[in-house]
Amino acid sequence: MTETTVTAPLAADGRIETAVQRLRRHQRLVLVLRLAVLVFLIGGWEFGVRLGVIDPFFFGQPSGIVTKLIDWTENGTSIGPLWKQIWVTIYEAGAGFLIGSAMGILCGIALGRNQLLSDVFSIYIKVANSIPRVVLGSIFIVALGLGAASKIALAVVMVFFVVFANAFQGVREADKNLIANARILGASNWQMTRAVVLPSALSWILASLHVSFGFALVGAIVGEFLGAREGMGLLIATAQGSFDSNGVFAAMIVIAIVALLAEWILTMIENRLLTWRPDTTVNE
Amino acid sequence: MNAPAPSAVALKNVARRFVTPSGDVLSALEDFDLSIAPGEFMAVVGPTGCGKSTTLGLIAGLARPQGGEVTLFDAPVTGVDRRVGFVFQQDAVFPWRDVLGNVMAGPLFRGVPKDKAEATARDWIIRVGLKGFEHHHPHQLSGGMRKRVALAQTFINNPQVLLMDEPFSALDVQTRELMQEELLQLWAQAKSAVLFVTHDLDEAILLADRVAVLTTRPARVKSVHTIDLPRPRDVATLRYDERFIAIARKISDDLREEVLRARAGH
Repeated sequence: MTETTVTAPLAADGRIETAVQRLRRHQRLVLVLRLAVLVFLIGGWEFGVRLGVIDPFFFGQPSGIVTKLIDWTENGTSIGPLWKQIWVTIYEAGAGFLIGSAMGILCGIALGRNQLLSDVFSIYIKVANSIPRVVLGSIFIVALGLGAASKIALAVVMVFFVVFANAFQGVREADKNLIANARILGASNWQMTRAVVLPSALSWILASLHVSFGFALVGAIVGEFLGAREGMGLLIATAQGSFDSNGVFAAMIVIAIVALLAEWILTMIENRLLTWRPDTTVNE
Repeated sequence: MNAPAPSAVALKNVARRFVTPSGDVLSALEDFDLSIAPGEFMAVVGPTGCGKSTTLGLIAGLARPQGGEVTLFDAPVTGVDRRVGFVFQQDAVFPWRDVLGNVMAGPLFRGVPKDKAEATARDWIIRVGLKGFEHHHPHQLSGGMRKRVALAQTFINNPQVLLMDEPFSALDVQTRELMQEELLQLWAQAKSAVLFVTHDLDEAILLADRVAVLTTRPARVKSVHTIDLPRPRDVATLRYDERFIAIARKISDDLREEVLRARAGH
């Protein structure tokens, strides 16, 4: 027993070395394969078009999409400068996201903490949640006009329910022992909410924020589809109207980049707020 | 019953019943009588699931009895009382706060200014031997260290009544012994009345002035044994003392009877 413990660290060192190398080699392999998949798909698409297997009128063409993007950045789109359209959509989605998640968090915590409130309102929230919310877009356009307000309203509605449900659940899942402990240590109801309930619901809430920025973007773009003067949704609708498949794809790529950037920012905020958590993510 | 001695905690004819989801009434406590003097260390042992934790909840004001009376310093318990401290079986320290934040939570909740709370908390962190770990989060600490945080968090409020619900049951034997030692030292300085629930009879005898044995559900106090072992006690060696063994043998006969009855009943 003692002899094995004396020699073990040395042996383990060598093993760790190779394990690190193996991990690195694995990561490199994954990267290469990922690139290969991308090249295969895009290349296949491009060649498919050139060989006449895929009709570019319906399905676009990678080189055409790139040309389109360059054209948009250099000469602007048919409805104005590209940056303006991106900004408008980000603004609508961002505002809707902020308002919707703030409302969701507040309502979720209020209903999670108060049994009577939750008994009274839960039925209405269930009903409201079962309505396909995109349909509300038409009402918002009629009521709030073609400007940003109607898109923000739609994004708010899209975001609210997701965040609300998670905040509510997070509050309900708060550890009973922690609550009892805080109460005995002398916490008032408000202190309890701030010091125990909110932090323990935070990981639930943050998880929902990841999903809901995507929803906010959907809300803004669908709103723009339904009626707008500017924005990425209108750009797509215009491209669709003129049978410009490359334009649709180009707009899609721009939106995807926006979504990825937002996701990255949210992850940074999340890591900032949840430093107290043990490290669970080892990959990437 | 004749001369009413002052008591820190008293339960008189207490009953606590639960309604199960199937509609049956489950009785956790019936005719429960127990009294703890100020500054006394009382341990409670009994078969698993006999209602030991329920008793603590009643004293802490987290639950109400359906019958009888629970008093703290001869006044009925109406809610969570500031004079009560509670150490839980599971980890109940706040995982999102560092050690300092956890220890100073009580004073802050109770309206002590931040700088004063922090100074007191630093003092308590040193007292429980966690100096240098002020800014560690609970997940970075061992189970024993988290228990030290819990003890500091509780003792910083100067509880006159300290309720402990199998606080060391999740620790390994060596750590448990250290923590028992530590608890006795803290208690000797704080002079609070302690109600220490455990299923470990040795632990009860090592720590307590008196040990109460509970019956199976519904729990009553079956017998109370005075432990006249001198203090200060050395936890590490006392368990090999003949007096300790004699007491342990006597109480364990009492306890075994209940454990067997509990097993037969389930």
